[in-house]
Amino acid sequence: MKKIASGNILAANIKKAGLSIKNFRLTRSAFAFPYVVFMLVFIIVPLFLLLSNAFTVTDAVSGDKSFSFDNFKSFANDGSSVKTLSLSLIYGVVTTGLCIIIGYPAAFVLSKLSSGKLLLILFLVPMWINFLIRTLATRAMFTLLNVELGTGTVIFGLVYNYLPFMILPIHTSLTSIDKAYGEASADLGASSIQTFIKVNFPLSIPGLVSGITMVFIPTITTFAVTELLGGVWLFGDSIYSKFKSVNLYGVGSVMSLIMLVFVLVSDMAMRKVNKGEVARNVI
Amino acid sequence: MSFNKQTLQNTQDSLFVASQKLKTASGKLRAKIDGKDGTGVGKIAKAGGSLYVLILLLVLYTPLALIIIFSFSNTSNFTFRNGFSIEGYLQIFKSSSSPKLFDSLYNTIVIAIIATIASTILGTFAAIGIFAMKKRTRRITETVNQLPVINSEIVMAVSLVLLFVALKFPTGYIRLIFGHIAFCTPYVILSITPRLMTLDKNLYEAALDLGASPLRAMVTVIIPVIMPGILSGAAMAFTLSLDDFIISQLNKGATTGIDTLSTYIYSSQHNARGLNPFWFAVFSIIIVLVITIVLVLNLIKIKQKKGIVKTFR
Repeated sequence: MKKIASGNILAANIKKAGLSIKNFRLTRSAFAFPYVVFMLVFIIVPLFLLLSNAFTVTDAVSGDKSFSFDNFKSFANDGSSVKTLSLSLIYGVVTTGLCIIIGYPAAFVLSKLSSGKLLLILFLVPMWINFLIRTLATRAMFTLLNVELGTGTVIFGLVYNYLPFMILPIHTSLTSIDKAYGEASADLGASSIQTFIKVNFPLSIPGLVSGITMVFIPTITTFAVTELLGGVWLFGDSIYSKFKSVNLYGVGSVMSLIMLVFVLVSDMAMRKVNKGEVARNVI
Repeated sequence: MSFNKQTLQNTQDSLFVASQKLKTASGKLRAKIDGKDGTGVGKIAKAGGSLYVLILLLVLYTPLALIIIFSFSNTSNFTFRNGFSIEGYLQIFKSSSSPKLFDSLYNTIVIAIIATIASTILGTFAAIGIFAMKKRTRRITETVNQLPVINSEIVMAVSLVLLFVALKFPTGYIRLIFGHIAFCTPYVILSITPRLMTLDKNLYEAALDLGASPLRAMVTVIIPVIMPGILSGAAMAFTLSLDDFIISQLNKGATTGIDTLSTYIYSSQHNARGLNPFWFAVFSIIIVLVITIVLVLNLIKIKQKKGIVKTFR
């Protein structure tokens, strides 16, 4: 509550400053103030609540809240949660790896075909169907084929869900490569395989990195997909289960923070790679 | 004045035609070069590649096709022992789950419409405002705006749960609507900002010089230019809201009994062993509807692009 109040005061101060200075730029930026306040309340404050919840425990008898690392301790001591985290990471790595192995060649072929754009759309269309329906359809297919639900079906479901997210960014970076590079490399006597290894592949790395983050992060936080396809719980399901009862909000917050760290680190990695790419283009 | 503009336009057009000709010429040259090493091996590789892509697409669409095919069987076990039947589709209206289905459909659409309108208005003003901010403030605001986009949905969902509990928001509709606005608005802003970059800055100032108030200048000058961005942002918000599952599931509150379509599908299926004819039919309708709409929209887009090139030529 306090944080929101101070947030409002801060926003009000900004507003005052904006109105008192009759600067054209500031006047127009005043249009953003309602959303700035909205962002503070619905984006910043919730993340701070997550942080404060992770570091407080509520006394069962008196109801007093106090600063402590107990939530972290109970997370570390709770074998099942730690196991779910490591299992999620393993599933994440395997899914991402398979998506690269299957998706990179597909993106490459699509970038070479004249009908590639149309085919790419066909890859993306199923993404607009709700993932629950897609997942349940996959489960129905396994029932029809008499395939027992388990690790294999879970991996299939994850790859099925996230493959387009790998193909799209790789395809984008492959098609944005200037064709003159390939011609120059051919003129200088490189074979097409050499050209690919030395020219096209390095230039497609930003797309590959985007693809990796777009598959890896959603996979480890997947909710419901793996449970429906083989009774496997990943970290997303774990977090969800903690938020079903108020007593476990603290531990749930710790787990959400861990996830948030993964998200921010991967976003930073992506930015770094893409920035390097921009710099290289300028040079 | 208008004469000058006309000549300018003509010069531009002839320049464009010339550049197009140059492009075709270089394209032909390129084709010749490609043709030189386009040996039999290259052809086989291309055919193999196409085959690979087609197989992937086949795998991608098989589960969806199976649902549609067996929606006409009126069985749960993938046989046609009852013959061809539309009983599953009739079940949509007369099954015991029907009221709940239409109830959740209604909730989904109402929430999506409210969230779309609110986030489009909020996002349009915000995008214009953020664009006019000083560099540093702008960067900070844009970074915060990016957070819901890069953040994993489950983390966003639980952080909203904490907020709603702390602020004692009434459970049910209010929480869902505010939650949806919170994750839709960033996308609206992201789809408007590129449009603002193409806007001539002088237009707004000219309107102010001519005596328009900032609000009037915005409505009559800026908004029409960025309209395509606003519309695609609104469409994005609407689909995101319709499609959302995780944020709704966590924030709907267990006791309110409010369900959106996706949370209803989840609650009726996560303990079920298989789909019954009712769900086969519902899923088929959704699958066909979504695929048709998305394909048509994309084809229109491609055609429009081709049309523009043609008129220039």
